[in-house]
Amino acid sequence: MFKIVRREEMTGGTVILNEIAAPLIARKAKPGQFVILKANEDGERVPLTMADSDPEKGTITVIYMVVGKSTALFKTLAVGDGYQDIIGPLGKPTHLEKVGTVVCVGGGTGIAVLHPITRALKEIGNHVISIIGARTKDLLILENQMRKVSHDLRISTDDGSYGHHGFVTEVLKEILENEDVKQVVAIGPVPMMKFVSKITAEYHIPTFVSLNPIMVDGTGMCGGCRVSIDGKTKFACVDGPEFDGHKVDYDELMRRLQAYCDEETECYEDYCTIRDAG
Amino acid sequence: MPEQKPEIRKRNFNEVPLGYTFELAQKEASRCLQCKKPGCVEGCPVAVDIPGFINFITKGDMTGSIRNLWSRNSLPAVCGRVCPQEIQCEQRCILAKRGDPVAVGHLERFSADYERAYGTGELPPNAPATGKKVAVIGSGPSGLTVSGDLVALGHRVTVLEAFHKPGGVLVYGIPEFRLPKEIVTQEVHFLERLGVEVKCNMVAGNTVSIDELFESGYDAVYIGVGAGLPRFMIIPGENLVGILSANEYLTRANLMKAYKFPEVDTPIPHGKNVVVLGAGNVAMDSARTALRLGADKVRIVYRRSRKEMPARIAEIHHAEEEGIEFFFLTTPVKYLGDEKGRLTGMACLKMELGEPDESGRQRPIPIPGSEFELQCDFCVVAVGSGANPLLTNATKDMKLNQWGYIVADPETGKTTKKGVWAGGDIVTGAATVILAMGAGRKAADSIHKYLTWGW
Ligand SMILES: Cc1cc2nc3c(=O)[nH]c(=O)nc-3n(C[C@H](O)[C@H](O)[C@H](O)COP(=O)(O)OP(=O)(O)OC[C@H]3O[C@@H](n4cnc5c(N)ncnc54)[C@H](O)[C@@H]3O)c2cc1C
Ligand SMILES: Cc1cc2nc3c(=O)[nH]c(=O)nc-3n(C[C@H](O)[C@H](O)[C@H](O)COP(=O)(O)OP(=O)(O)OC[C@H]3O[C@@H](n4cnc5c(N)ncnc54)[C@H](O)[C@@H]3O)c2cc1C
Ligand code: SF4
Ligand code: SF4
Ligand code: FES
Repeated sequence: MFKIVRREEMTGGTVILNEIAAPLIARKAKPGQFVILKANEDGERVPLTMADSDPEKGTITVIYMVVGKSTALFKTLAVGDGYQDIIGPLGKPTHLEKVGTVVCVGGGTGIAVLHPITRALKEIGNHVISIIGARTKDLLILENQMRKVSHDLRISTDDGSYGHHGFVTEVLKEILENEDVKQVVAIGPVPMMKFVSKITAEYHIPTFVSLNPIMVDGTGMCGGCRVSIDGKTKFACVDGPEFDGHKVDYDELMRRLQAYCDEETECYEDYCTIRDAG
Repeated sequence: MPEQKPEIRKRNFNEVPLGYTFELAQKEASRCLQCKKPGCVEGCPVAVDIPGFINFITKGDMTGSIRNLWSRNSLPAVCGRVCPQEIQCEQRCILAKRGDPVAVGHLERFSADYERAYGTGELPPNAPATGKKVAVIGSGPSGLTVSGDLVALGHRVTVLEAFHKPGGVLVYGIPEFRLPKEIVTQEVHFLERLGVEVKCNMVAGNTVSIDELFESGYDAVYIGVGAGLPRFMIIPGENLVGILSANEYLTRANLMKAYKFPEVDTPIPHGKNVVVLGAGNVAMDSARTALRLGADKVRIVYRRSRKEMPARIAEIHHAEEEGIEFFFLTTPVKYLGDEKGRLTGMACLKMELGEPDESGRQRPIPIPGSEFELQCDFCVVAVGSGANPLLTNATKDMKLNQWGYIVADPETGKTTKKGVWAGGDIVTGAATVILAMGAGRKAADSIHKYLTWGW
């Protein structure tokens, strides 16, 4: 079992942080890599990016948004409880290079994934400008942590409750107009990554995105995670999860993410009924 | 052998053949002529002493029978069920000439099932501890065989498995109705009682590298990671929703038990009008799984003809009995979808057979202008698999062939990296359970020699 050693609730309980004892994985984890967790015998295998890892303490940290049955189940795990199975580190680490000015754009729980990458980009000497956004102020996560690892942090909310009123893409555009940006990293909901990539393509700025298709094994043996990159099929779990944002077929990814929607809703509703009854 | 009736079994996941009674087994065993030069043994890749173990059944000595089997084959309950007997032991049985070979597979299965049900559970003694440590990567049939052999010789064995359950294809690929998972669990448990340590959730290459295994004190490493890379058709539309590799489909169904969804958390698509591409065991398993998950219609689409189908005859027969339809000499050229990106059908071409190709089988050639549409809402791609590069990419100093399989000495399993052996599907490409086990046995002999005498 992989024990939870620290647990935090963010944004009123819709986003949860777990620091988990997993010494073998912590020893190897690099920014951008993910793990697959399974809570119990009948559980689903859920991919989550490592938001942090501590090889000395032997722990990894994941931050997840509660969206369905499996993440709702994860939420019930307290400190001292654990996950039955965790594998990793999986996927290719982020390609880190000193290029000059870099903009890191994060939306929703994508900010959790973005955080270690931003830190690493700063550590190797880039000038880092970060933009984080959420639907509304209460849903914004990791503001302080992101501020620490960025030279400049911008915030936007869709409803204007905090920071720029509007989308992160608008803030990005303004930065691209005024700064000599060499690279953009965008992680968040698929539409956000799609529009960020659209803008940066106009400015010819290399852009990396982190894709989150549905996965099973995470080791390249099922092909469930296939994505189209420049018209070619790639397996996100081994060839990614990061890809050149200008080459991704986002519409296909969005459709594939919906594949189990009906089933998942059924499962989640059953679960909530049972949980609430108990 | 008695079986569940097709109309009943096609809607449940219970095993299809019900197994012999003791009387039936003895009756079948007594048909064996106890040949002096048994052809059947020559047909078995691991040379099971077939007349020997059968003779014990005839005499009613079931302990003698299972001991005899174990001396050559550590997984008889599995092989008795899944070996392609019709091209191995049974094909070479002297009675096959008259069209009715001794049912070697059924008897092997009976002997193993009998031991599981009534055996003493007594463990054969291990040799004295040698103090040597071996890491076995992958817990499929080849890795399990190596582990069992080496632990018996007194070595300390640790199995590293990427998935959360050991057994390889036996747990994630072959369905419950053909190989009950309980059997695999028991076989693994048996090895654990012998002293084998099984560590799941270990993705060798990522979680730990081969060099790190040596650094942490292992004296030898065996690689049996199988051929788990799914092949696709590489035709337009393949990423539509409703197209899964057989690996994904069967892993969801078997390993994740998604057929029990929503009782378990992993979902699986429930196609109503299903097409399965390919005609090997994997295709039969996928087609029959789809039927059990409630499909109205399941069709197998294969580019060659009936006689080239690589699946076990018994499975083809079972599939036909259950109402699976076959489209031979047909290949899809394009998947068709709706505006939501969901599969609605495929455009296919008719084929004819031409000159033999490298495999010795007649090459299928498309017939121009023969295009037609096949409607379906779900498709499983079961057209073969390749070498997964995850571990081999992380192990730079080990030679691979042009397709990415590990180069290993066919007699010993030695790779070009010192202290490392490999066998099973990752060396030969997708093959059979018994061949993977045979490779494991040879490698175990060689590893034992190395641990005793050196490389
Ligand atoms: C490489 C990778 C890294 C990820 N990292 C994080 C992370 O750090 N934090 C985080 O909150 N989430 C992350 N995700 C997404 C996370 O895996 C899903 O949110 C989770 O699987 C949903 O499970 P569920 O049972 O709770 O919801 P479900 O009931 O399965 O699904 C609820 C909704 O989420 C969608 N969904 C299902 N599976 C996925 C999936 N794999 N990815 C995206 N959406 C999905 C469904 O279509 C549905 O709309 C990552 C995904 C991948 C592939
Ligand atoms: C659906 C299906 C049906 C089949 N039916 C039959 C049949 O009826 N008869 C027959 O004889 N054969 C059949 N086969 C073929 C047979 O199962 C294989 O040839 C055999 O299992 C190969 O054994 P193996 O030990 O080489 O590898 P596998 O059984 O593939 O096991 C390899 C194991 O290694 C693990 N692994 C992979 N990478 C890593 C890593 N990096 N670190 C740690 N672990 C790793 C995998 O998770 C897996 O558990 C079938 C195959 C399939 C897929
Ligand atoms: S191991 Fe397979 S081939 Fe050998 S005797 Fe048994 S069933 Fe036949
Ligand atoms: S060839 Fe047939 S009859 Fe002869 S020993 Fe083998 S199983 Fe028995
Ligand atoms: S998750 Fe199975 S291949 Fe990527």
